[in-house]
Amino acid sequence: MPEVLKAPLVVEFPFTRSLGPVQSAFLTGLRERVVLGVRTTDDRVLVPPVEYDPVTADEIRDLVEVAPTGTVTTWAWNHAPRRGQPLSTPFAWALVRLDGADTALLHALDAPGPDAVHTGMRVRIRWAGERTGAITDIACFEPYDGRHQHEPTPHTGEFADLATGIVAPARLDYTYSPGRAQSAYIAALSGRRTVGERCPSCRKVYVPPRGACPTCGVATAEQVEVGPGGTVTTFCIVNIKAKNLDIEVPYVYGHIALDGADLALHGRIGGIPYDQVRMGLRVEPVWTEGARYPDHYRPTGEPDADYDTYKELL
Amino acid sequence: MTREIAVVAFAQTDHLRTSEELSEVEMLMPVLHEVRAQTGLKTADIGFTCSGSSDYLAGRAFSFTLALDGVGAWPPISESHVEMDGAWALYEAWTKLLTGDADTALVYSYGKSSPGPLRDVLTRQLDPYYVAPLWPDSVALAALQAQALIDAGDTDEPALASVAARSRADAAANCHAQLRGSVPQGEYLVRPLRTGDCPPVGDGAAAVILAAGDRARELCSRPAWIRGIDHRIEAHGLGVRDLTDSPSTRLAAEQAGAFERPVDTAELHAPFTSQETILRKALRLDDTVCVNPSGGALAANPVMAAGLIRIGEAAARIHRGESDRALAHATSGPCLQQNLVAVLEGDPR
Repeated sequence: MPEVLKAPLVVEFPFTRSLGPVQSAFLTGLRERVVLGVRTTDDRVLVPPVEYDPVTADEIRDLVEVAPTGTVTTWAWNHAPRRGQPLSTPFAWALVRLDGADTALLHALDAPGPDAVHTGMRVRIRWAGERTGAITDIACFEPYDGRHQHEPTPHTGEFADLATGIVAPARLDYTYSPGRAQSAYIAALSGRRTVGERCPSCRKVYVPPRGACPTCGVATAEQVEVGPGGTVTTFCIVNIKAKNLDIEVPYVYGHIALDGADLALHGRIGGIPYDQVRMGLRVEPVWTEGARYPDHYRPTGEPDADYDTYKELL
Repeated sequence: MTREIAVVAFAQTDHLRTSEELSEVEMLMPVLHEVRAQTGLKTADIGFTCSGSSDYLAGRAFSFTLALDGVGAWPPISESHVEMDGAWALYEAWTKLLTGDADTALVYSYGKSSPGPLRDVLTRQLDPYYVAPLWPDSVALAALQAQALIDAGDTDEPALASVAARSRADAAANCHAQLRGSVPQGEYLVRPLRTGDCPPVGDGAAAVILAAGDRARELCSRPAWIRGIDHRIEAHGLGVRDLTDSPSTRLAAEQAGAFERPVDTAELHAPFTSQETILRKALRLDDTVCVNPSGGALAANPVMAAGLIRIGEAAARIHRGESDRALAHATSGPCLQQNLVAVLEGDPR
C-alpha cells in the first residue's frame, strides 16, 4: 500500500439569501433592538417568526412585538466553543421563550458556568454593538433578575431601510484524500509517468483511474503506463480569460487520448497557433521544472492520426 | 392490487474511524458486489437503483455520480439519488416496485465523515436564516434535547449511560461495528451528553436488494417482507417542537402498521442515548422487545448509511430466522426531526 496522500481542502461560500416579508421585518427589528413575533390563526405567537404556520401551513403576517426578556426552556453547556459560534468563551446553548411568545428561540447564553444555568431561569437579550439585520444582532442572552408580564403588542413591521437579504458566510475545512487508484496515479505523475488502470472485464484502460470501471462496475487494479504521446480527439478554443490563470487568450483546450489509454483526458494544447489545432493532431506533454503534472501538450511533428484510430474515444 | 415487496439481501462495510486510503467508490463497491453475490443478480438484472449520500460530508462535489462507477451503469440504468439517508432511498425504491415498473431494486448509501468536521458540517442542514449562522453543532442540539428529557423526568444521566453500555456490549457480536464492548462513558462533550452518549464518527457503506412477490422468493429463502413503511417530518423550528416526544415517529409507525401486533425486534436509529428513550416511548416498545441487537448507531454511525443499516439489520435477522416481525427506524435532521418506520415480517416457519 503506497503512502496515503492528503491535502487540505477548504470549501467556503458567502451565501446570499433573500428574505420573505416576515423574516425581513424580524431581522430588521433586531437591528433596531425590537423583537417581533408572528401570530398564528389559533392565536399563538411564534418567535422567531416564520412565514407559514408550521402546523396549519396558513400564510401568517400578523406581527407583534414581544419583550427582550424571557425564560430558558432547555439548555446545554458548551465548554469548548467552535468556530462561528456566538461566543468564544464557554457558554450555554439555550432555547429561550421570550415574554409574550409561545415558542422558543435558539441562541447562546453567557453565564459563568453550568452551575449558574437552569431550565426556567430568567434571561435577557444582550445586543451586539454593530447590528446589520441578522440573527447575530443578538450577541447572546445573559442572566436577568427581573420578572414582568408582557402582552405582545401589534406591530406594523415597518422600518426605515428594511433588510431584504442576508449574507451568511460558511466555511468548512476538510482533509482530502483521493483514494487508492488516484493516489497511485498522482504518485506516478511525480516521476513524470502517466499510469492508468485496466478493467479486468472489458480490458479498457482508464486514465486517470478512479478505482472502478464505470461500464462494468468492478474494481480496476492492473496498472498500465500510457503515453507519453497522444492524439487530440476533440478541442475547443477558449476566448475568456480565467480568473487567477496566467494564460493568454485565445488558447486551445483539448481532449487527448494518450497512446494505450481508452479514455481521453483533458489538457491545454500549446506550441502551435490556436487556429491550427485539429482533431488527430499528435501531441506530447511538456513538463516545467517542479510541476506535478504536464503544463501543456505540444505537437510532436508526427503525421496526424487516422480518424478510425481514435473515433471510439470521442 | 398491492404488491408484496421484501428485503432479500443486505451487506455493510466494516465501519471505521477513517477510510482515508479509499475513495468513496472504492469503499462502496465491495458491498454492492456482496448483495449481488447473495442474490446472484447482475447489474443488468436489477430494475431500479437508488442511492443516498451527501457531498457535504467529504466535501466532494457530485460524489454520488462517481459512486455510480461502482454500479456499472452501462447500458444506461434506471437510477435515482436522494440527498438523505439510504433509508429514504429504500422508500423511493419501494414505491417504484409498488408501481410495477420494476421487480428488483438495488439500494445503497455511504458516508465518509472522516475528511471533515462532522459536527460543523451538519449545521449546514439547519434553517439558514435564524439557526445556521450560529453554528450550533449536532452534539449541542442533541444535548438540548437530552436536557429537556431530563427536566421532564423521562431519564437521567445513569439511565443514559446504561443505554450506551448496553449498545456497545451488544455490538461486541457485530464484527462491522466501530465501537464494541466496554467503552468508557467519558467526559461531557456538551453537557449533559458525555462522549459515551454520542455516536462514533466514522466511514462506511451499506447496500440492500429489494424484490417483489415471487421474485423475492426465488432470491431469498426467507424474504423480509415490508408490511408497511412510512415517513413523517416535524417543523424545522426547534423551539416550536416538544423535544421530549417524537410525534412524527409515532405517526409513521401507525401508518406502517407497527401497532397492529407486537414486534420481537426493533432496530432504532438513535445516534444519541437520549434519543433511544424518546423513540421507545413513541413506539411503545417494552422490555420484551429486543432493541438494537446490532448495537445501533451508538456502535457505528456512518452518516447517510446508518438508517439504511437499521432496515438491513432487521431484515437480516428475519433472513436468519432470528426474528419474525421486526421494526426498523431511521431518522434525519436535528433532534429526530424526520423519521421513517418500516415493519418487516418473515413467512411462518
